[in-house]
Amino acid sequence: MDLDSLTIDSARTAIAERKTTATALAEAFYDKIQKDDPQIGAYLILSKDRAMETAGRIDRLAAQSKDLPPLGGVPVGIKDVMVTRGMRSTGGSKILGNYIPPYDCTAVARMEAAGAIVLGKLNCDEFAMGSSNENSAFHPVRNPRDTSRVPGGSSGGSAAAVAAGMAVVALGSDTGGSIRQPASFCGVVGLMPTYGRVSRYGLIAFASSLDHIGPLARTVKDAATVLRTIAGRDPMDSTSADVPVPDYVAELEKPIRGLKIGVAKEYFGEGLDNEVRNAVEAAIEKLRSLGCEIVPVSLPHTEYAIPTYYIVATAEASSNLARFDGVRYGYRARNARALSDMYRRSRDEGFGAEVKRRIMLGTYALSAGYYDAYYLKAQKVRTLLTRDFDQAFKKVDAIVTPTSPTAAFKLGEKVDDPLAMYLADIYTVTADLAGIPGISIPCGETHEKLPIGLQILGRHFDEATILRVAHAYEQARAS
Amino acid sequence: MKVNEQNVAYVADLANLELTDEERGRMLRDLNSILDYIDRLNQLDTSNVAPMAQTLQRYGVDESKQGTERFAYASRDDIREGLRKSLPHDEALANAPESDGIFFKVPKVIER
Repeated sequence: MDLDSLTIDSARTAIAERKTTATALAEAFYDKIQKDDPQIGAYLILSKDRAMETAGRIDRLAAQSKDLPPLGGVPVGIKDVMVTRGMRSTGGSKILGNYIPPYDCTAVARMEAAGAIVLGKLNCDEFAMGSSNENSAFHPVRNPRDTSRVPGGSSGGSAAAVAAGMAVVALGSDTGGSIRQPASFCGVVGLMPTYGRVSRYGLIAFASSLDHIGPLARTVKDAATVLRTIAGRDPMDSTSADVPVPDYVAELEKPIRGLKIGVAKEYFGEGLDNEVRNAVEAAIEKLRSLGCEIVPVSLPHTEYAIPTYYIVATAEASSNLARFDGVRYGYRARNARALSDMYRRSRDEGFGAEVKRRIMLGTYALSAGYYDAYYLKAQKVRTLLTRDFDQAFKKVDAIVTPTSPTAAFKLGEKVDDPLAMYLADIYTVTADLAGIPGISIPCGETHEKLPIGLQILGRHFDEATILRVAHAYEQARAS
Repeated sequence: MKVNEQNVAYVADLANLELTDEERGRMLRDLNSILDYIDRLNQLDTSNVAPMAQTLQRYGVDESKQGTERFAYASRDDIREGLRKSLPHDEALANAPESDGIFFKVPKVIER
């Protein structure tokens, strides 16, 4: 069986028809991980016992010729910012290096309840802070297409595992682009749902008003299947929305002819690589040829998105990360003289450079005398950025943009320049700030065979439309 | 320069970080470079714009109601009915760097 091209349907059907077993399939994935992952570094933790237990359950159903659940026997990976009961969960950080959570993240529990086999936990930037996966406290991830390049971040392990055939689908998280940008760099599909569409219970908090869980997959249909599984109200997260969950998979087949697709000039300005521009423009022409109406729109505040994001996200992070104090769980520095000394040294030794930088920036933005100038100002500009989308979505059903201004960059290229690294998210952060859904799908390659991503943004709770456009484009591109 | 060495030391103190001399120097450089970039927000007049704390306030909230009733959608059934079961004691302590089996243990709180 070719693990690189398996989809949810093909894996599940092969098990249901007894061509293989969930156990054998999981074993094959573990063999592949053992062989290939030393070159990539996608996995931090393998959970074979737990995987084999679920696989056994699926195999017993298959042996009795019972219907398999929607993800029955499908091997998946989980970004290690989602906690798993009894299984080490690190957030990519040394400070949680030995943390064994007493509960499961809702999204992970829903995946397993739907029959998914959790192979293990995937590498990521520490606390999901980064755009290259080089901020992992353990080791970087390499792009399977070119191991001298980054896979993107912060869900770099998730994107690389799916791209390299070491998981059929993976869960990632997106706070400023952390699902869509690595999907773009690794040539896979990455979906960030609407804020509140998927419960955040059990997602290690980075910035609570911006954090989203979503799938990375090889096909749009697989992303739709995963979203259908994990979406919906969860009493354990008061910000999860009580909005009905449509059958995203059934909705994929609806025609896209007549849909209005917006193109915003602000996403095609300075800094956009020419090869990326050409690929995205060709994709827009393809959508036109499929019967969509292409409509120019304006999102005039776009240039303010990165500065707004780096105030809001770091302010929330400085507050969320205050919980790491070496008392109840996590790393504690040895031989501290007194409590305050223990706090400081535990945090100093436990956090990496980028996390400290963001805690410092966020604390500064919230501190007396600077709150109005920075945090309040950024919250107001967030309103303006959201209004831009409200206006645009009065005229169009979806907006297409490049996912990232460039294809994957080299390891080490931006590590010494935080601002340059932040600008890698210039086309993705706005959707997080506005809370709207976005998907990145492959739309071509550079002359160096590096994948290019097309981003499709939609209205709040209208994942169905962006998935439908993405699916139609994906089918047209394949034929 | 927006922040100086004293600011860095003050903010590190607020954030319960110590930072080495090298880290402080680097932080001074990085924070100033990022804050310079963030300065462009001042090009916008936001005097009549309401701040936005999160996006979901537009969903589920019953704007016709006041106080906690407005946010009724967000309360949990198990909380409404009474106290949710807490974690068993041993599980709550299982990840503690130091405990005596009943309490979390920490170094002395007051220095003499």
